Amino acid sequence: MSIRERMSGNEAVAHAIKQINPDVMAAFPITPSTEIPQMVSTFIANGECTTEFIPVESEHSSMSATMGACAAGARAITATSSCGLAYMWEVLYVAASDRLPVVMAVVNRALTGPININCDHSDSMGARDAGWIQIYAENNQEAYDNYIQAFRIAEHSDVRLPFMACQDGFITSHAVENIELLEDDLVKKFVGDYEPEQFLLNAKMPMAVGPYANSPFYMETKMNQRLAMKNAKKVILEVASEFEKISGRKYGFFEEYKTEDADFVIVIMGSAAGTTKDAVDRLREQGIKAGVLKIRVFRPFPGEEIATALKNVRAIAIMDRAESFSAYGGPLGSEVKSALFDAKLSIDTVNYFYGLGGRDYTVEAATEIFNDLQDIADKKTEPVQFKYIGLRK
Amino acid sequence: MKKNIEIRWHGRGGQGAKTAALLLADVAFNTGMYVQGFPEYGPERMGAPITAYNRIGNEPIRVHSNIYNPDYVVVVDETLLHAVDVTHGLSKDGAIIINTARPKEEILPLLNGYEGAVYVIDAREVSMSTLGKYFPNSPMLASIVKVANIMDQDVFLSQMETSYHHKFAKKPEVIEGNMNALKLAFQEVK
Repeated sequence: MSIRERMSGNEAVAHAIKQINPDVMAAFPITPSTEIPQMVSTFIANGECTTEFIPVESEHSSMSATMGACAAGARAITATSSCGLAYMWEVLYVAASDRLPVVMAVVNRALTGPININCDHSDSMGARDAGWIQIYAENNQEAYDNYIQAFRIAEHSDVRLPFMACQDGFITSHAVENIELLEDDLVKKFVGDYEPEQFLLNAKMPMAVGPYANSPFYMETKMNQRLAMKNAKKVILEVASEFEKISGRKYGFFEEYKTEDADFVIVIMGSAAGTTKDAVDRLREQGIKAGVLKIRVFRPFPGEEIATALKNVRAIAIMDRAESFSAYGGPLGSEVKSALFDAKLSIDTVNYFYGLGGRDYTVEAATEIFNDLQDIADKKTEPVQFKYIGLRK
Repeated sequence: MKKNIEIRWHGRGGQGAKTAALLLADVAFNTGMYVQGFPEYGPERMGAPITAYNRIGNEPIRVHSNIYNPDYVVVVDETLLHAVDVTHGLSKDGAIIINTARPKEEILPLLNGYEGAVYVIDAREVSMSTLGKYFPNSPMLASIVKVANIMDQDVFLSQMETSYHHKFAKKPEVIEGNMNALKLAFQEVK
């Protein structure tokens, strides 16, 4: 039976780490993810888990040490946010191309300029092309559940890719809420032992990790990473299905909330999805058919499935919590629109930017967006392609 | 109790308004409710105005925004009355509780014409007489539980006793003082 508890998103991830008891954690503190290595260090000091903690002097080193431990054959993890993730940049690509199933908790925070400690997705969105699987959580429950599923996905022999388990800084990482935990034994059994087929410390099978690969080999390496990312789609669903059997909680590439008959849908990721669901319920009471498509899996990107889910909708808002300064839309907006185009769907869309640097996103803001969509669908206004919401007036 | 109650805490960095919000979430959780307790971080420094929030109710909570139209406001530091519009958006069917040694009549003109119920408590006096030190958390927590009628007072006290035994496992000498602070605050908030 599940255990009724209350804890913050950071506590939930730290608790999952304690239950999984990975071999190695290397980390450097950065707000708002600091509590995760801090709590794990306490568990280790209290003898509640046997993970070897490597304190390092920077995030470039934390990712290098995590990657090195993983290459040696250990189950290795880290956690970071914002500029810490940016400082790992170079090594992120190495972990992915070396096919090391490192699992990293990312507590999303804005990148500096101006300096800001609050939530947006600019850190992990910037790393979207590094070759890592990325899964986003709406609340502490999903942060916990996604983290437990991460290892089975990353370590699967058809995948072998590093994994970012993302949650919204402060909004979920520091909010105490109800949560249903799984028993230690159940988690341990679900995650299983890490038994890599090849690893550096295997004397019977000497190998090189990360050798030089010039033009005769580089491109094939990239194609294999792409293939692994495509395979991850199948594995993510298999693992979700098994997780449902032990938890009763259902996961997929995305969650569809009242989209089945919806005229207007907001496509969104992370904690703002819950706020949008409250707006949907209020609008439904007024007879307006609103819905939410909450993207959980951003890498690999489930473009075909998203297009199929949106095919009967009259107007769509795609919500980006990160700027990409293309001056032509945000990362989520561009990819969702591309998926609609490939599916030959011509639906009015507006790409909104919201919540940058922790700007609050409210039920009222979501309601305003649905009203915009209705006006566009009713031809009362022309769709604006890109729009900021929640700016100071 | 209506479907969900929303509470906004105003304090200064280092006074424990965030801790009080988390303690309230804790005690409500222990009586079977759905809870949310979270801080809003501005500049991270001692003495800066900080805000913390609670949502408490019998239905799962999905919304993840700050609270703009609270049912209740708790002001942990009365000097904030000159710096922050503490009654902004506050429901007139709700109430505000202010930690102050001054009589209510002196506080009312500082509340921007707020029409709802106003409660005051001298949390410093309560804390000094029960703990010998100034920790406004416990008295303010008891005050909001009473004013918002979040739960039965006996249930609250027994939950808090368990909670303090856990929280102060290494400082058991402060448990009795904190329990007395809660009990005295129930009488003193007016």
